[in-house]
Amino acid sequence: MQRRVVFDGKLLPMLLVAPQLAVTLVFFFWPAAEAVYFSTQAQDAFGLSTEFVGLDNFRAVFADPAYLHSLGVTAVFSVSVTLLAMLPALLLAVMADRVVRFAAVYKTALMLPYAVAPAIAGVLWLFLFAPGIGIVANMLRWLGIDWNYVLNGDQALLLVIVAAAWKQLSYNFLFFLAGLQAIPKSLLEAASIDGAGGFHRFRTVVLPLLSPTTFFLFVVDVVYAFFETFGVIHAVTGGGPSKATEILIYKVYYDGMVGLDLGGSSAQSVILMVIVIALTAIQFRYVERKVHY
Amino acid sequence: MESRSGHLAWLPHLILIAGLLLVGFPIYVTFVGSTLTTPEILSGHMSLLPGGHLVENYLEALTQGMPQLSGVPVGRLLLNSLVMALTIALGKMVISFLSAYAIVFFRFPGRMVCFWMIFLTLMLPVEVRIVPTFQVTANLGLIDSYGGLAIPLIASATATLLFRQFFLTVPDELIEAARLDGAGPLRFLKDVLLPLSSTNLAALFVILFVYGWNQYLWPLLVTNTASMTTLVVGIKSMLTVDANTPWHLVMAMAILAMVPPAAVVLLMQRWFVKGLVDSEK
Repeated sequence: MQRRVVFDGKLLPMLLVAPQLAVTLVFFFWPAAEAVYFSTQAQDAFGLSTEFVGLDNFRAVFADPAYLHSLGVTAVFSVSVTLLAMLPALLLAVMADRVVRFAAVYKTALMLPYAVAPAIAGVLWLFLFAPGIGIVANMLRWLGIDWNYVLNGDQALLLVIVAAAWKQLSYNFLFFLAGLQAIPKSLLEAASIDGAGGFHRFRTVVLPLLSPTTFFLFVVDVVYAFFETFGVIHAVTGGGPSKATEILIYKVYYDGMVGLDLGGSSAQSVILMVIVIALTAIQFRYVERKVHY
Repeated sequence: MESRSGHLAWLPHLILIAGLLLVGFPIYVTFVGSTLTTPEILSGHMSLLPGGHLVENYLEALTQGMPQLSGVPVGRLLLNSLVMALTIALGKMVISFLSAYAIVFFRFPGRMVCFWMIFLTLMLPVEVRIVPTFQVTANLGLIDSYGGLAIPLIASATATLLFRQFFLTVPDELIEAARLDGAGPLRFLKDVLLPLSSTNLAALFVILFVYGWNQYLWPLLVTNTASMTTLVVGIKSMLTVDANTPWHLVMAMAILAMVPPAAVVLLMQRWFVKGLVDSEK
């Protein structure tokens, strides 16, 4: 899309884009290029010299059982977070769309976790589930469940999943509610007159009309689970116990900043870039199609 | 209106209240924790009603040096978070507004190259290229500075695209009228476009403030000294490995870390919801 009427001048617009362009070049293109460059280099043990090794770093990454393990953890984590953040949000949005009294109260309260940092969400849930301290942890112990996420990897994974999903719930809720409110009431009335019951009406009228929102949220939630949950993991489990909660983004950080394996970490970065580019491309393709029709 | 059987009218309320409990319970328990003493929390049967140490806990957190933070009080981290979030929000708004204005209202050489370069940044969140971005920032001597905390996170395109989208809907007649009145491009920017964009600016401010405030990985890397770190990052240092975690202070910190972004969202709720749904779809 273009404007018909524009201002003249060349210098002024260039000056106006300059700040954004400068920041983008220095802090986006330069690091992104370096990540690609370092992913093809091997460094000696003292970091004194580097050598071009082609795709060796990538081969090493994919041959590393720890990486494959992390890939598996990420898959379980992101699928669980996405489902757990979307399904209750949809249910709550359908209910909030239906009520008249207190609608504003519900909406306001349910959007609050949006403002909570993932790391803080992690601390909130940690406080409920910390063995020996947390109210829920003590309750579980009282019920005879041996709860100790510090030692039990499955429990640790469950805890970070719940904390991460809790934080994302409000985002999904807001979008689902907006999507529901955009559905013309006349459609629902027509379905009603045709004798469709509540659930039937929801399945045949509401759900199809909500599918663009659902798809959009699905992509957003997967990206969130992949990249924005670092704070939850770092604050709550530190990737442990014994790497049970080490998702890919945590491994990039750990190998690069703690393990100082520049080549391996850069290769992992590049793999993540490909994943996120693919996800974004899917989203855009889809959004574009929606705009056309 | 949809017809509805009266005897099921309470069901949505019941489910919504369950949702509120799910959302509110962790926050409430944290608040209660911030009003107790650590021995009271560690006793194994923590009260579910607020205790009597609210004022002294928050004062202790805000003003006294924390051993876990090399003697820096939490108040300092609060200030750092505020500076970082405001710089990111305002910085991003300014550079995005200006560049979107240039791209939409002018024809200049390299215009499409600029647009695509900015557009590409949508593809890669900072988390993905974290190690090289850290190295670039370190090379520029920006470790442990507000510039290092904020500037690298300003480089993203969402705001530019949002403004571009909005600017394209501004009618041509407005530009022509401004020209007839003898107003140049900068005058048009200030007197026409800026007031027209106030709703978008407000919505964007909320989203960007929350984004900046909630950052974790970046401030964790780019700050080495405790006096430069942010509240969201600092809380992790308070969770010590041994059993000496000062839980009453950790809980006060968690509440302090939630209040400013929550307040911004609540106060600007109307614009926030509109801006969120409009900008992402």
